[in-house]
Amino acid sequence: MAANNNSKGFSTNSNTYTIVYAIVMVVIVAFLLAFAHSALGPKQDENVRLDTKKQILSALNINEFTDAQATFTKNVVKILDNNGTEKCAVADFDVTGSDKNDVIYQCSVNGATKYVIPMNGNGLWGAIWGYIALDENKSTVYGIYFNHASETAGLGAEIVKPAFCNQFKNKNIKRDDKLTSIAVVKKGQSAEGKDYVDGISGGTITSSAVSVMIETSLKKFEGFLTK
Amino acid sequence: MSLSKKNKEAFLNPLTINNPVTVQVLGICSALAVTAQLEPALVMGLAVTVIVAVANVVISLLRNTVPNRIRIIVQLVVVATLVTLVSEVLKAFAYDVSVQLSVYVGLIITNCILMGRLEAFAMQNGPFESLLDGIGSGLGYAKILVIVAFFRELLGSGKLLGFNILNYDCIQNAGYQNNGLMLLAPMALIICGCIIWWERAHNKDLQEK
Repeated sequence: MAANNNSKGFSTNSNTYTIVYAIVMVVIVAFLLAFAHSALGPKQDENVRLDTKKQILSALNINEFTDAQATFTKNVVKILDNNGTEKCAVADFDVTGSDKNDVIYQCSVNGATKYVIPMNGNGLWGAIWGYIALDENKSTVYGIYFNHASETAGLGAEIVKPAFCNQFKNKNIKRDDKLTSIAVVKKGQSAEGKDYVDGISGGTITSSAVSVMIETSLKKFEGFLTK
Repeated sequence: MSLSKKNKEAFLNPLTINNPVTVQVLGICSALAVTAQLEPALVMGLAVTVIVAVANVVISLLRNTVPNRIRIIVQLVVVATLVTLVSEVLKAFAYDVSVQLSVYVGLIITNCILMGRLEAFAMQNGPFESLLDGIGSGLGYAKILVIVAFFRELLGSGKLLGFNILNYDCIQNAGYQNNGLMLLAPMALIICGCIIWWERAHNKDLQEK
């Protein structure tokens, strides 16, 4: 075990030594971590931004690309606000900024216009979010992307899987020009007056959370969607 | 470079007769969690190796100054600092890998191998011996992770490092199917058990009297 007394004659077991040691150690560590974080921060933010763009592309069913940034620039044409007027240029928009959930991405996939709407909500354990891509009629689902912070692996976390997401394709979020959203219901049940998909067995709370998330997120853009 | 017998043992024992996973049975939790595919297993093994080695050296250098009563706290702070640094670096330079490892990077802090080596070895030995012991322990852990991940990815999804190995029509038509059970955590425990069985059958020293 460590020597109890060093050559200068003070005890490494004394209270003063222990307290001073702890303080000095914590200060050094704090500076080290703060320095590392501020040095690497910009690069990490850039990675998060690129990852968000990949998520948007994933909602557009574009998963194979060599350069995500170039693909994003090619397919996303305009940034619209919730009335459908152009907000700013795509290049100037920060996809992770504070207004990231208040815009519509107008996209062009092989010449066809698609609208990508960001969604966010609360799952069982933490945040869930996603992007829903609609056809030009602002109703038919072209593609969808979900992700989560900490849903249960194998149960709620299954919302990210293609088996769940692919159910949404070609469903409609509108009936008779009214916004109805898409419900996530227990397998075998149905929803009155709107399109629905099957939820995940054992992931009931996450499934309902997805249902609520789609509805509340689309509600924000009701004016644009029913125009 | 020739090593003394003691140093050689410090480096080689964790790889074989004193393996942290199969003999000391430490770090099982993370061994189950990250071995569904080979790539995260390699990254996790590498990260743990670097962190055990560096933490061992740091603690070994500090060992005569560390106040006895807070030595565990000091060890934890050193480990937690290193893990946070590795996590920051991964987020900056290997974002996809860091997303995949997500919580397990944080779990390195609680990996018993680290605290075990710091308390049992680095507190009593010099920096060079501690470095060897750290690298040895980390590689011993990585070795088991890679073996387990190899079988799980190959038999579970028919791939290795993401490259297709078994998913061809000619193989599938002959009646072979990927075994989805291999991707679930219990199979990692069973493979670990098989490795321990094999090692004990081949090494009389490991058998209980």
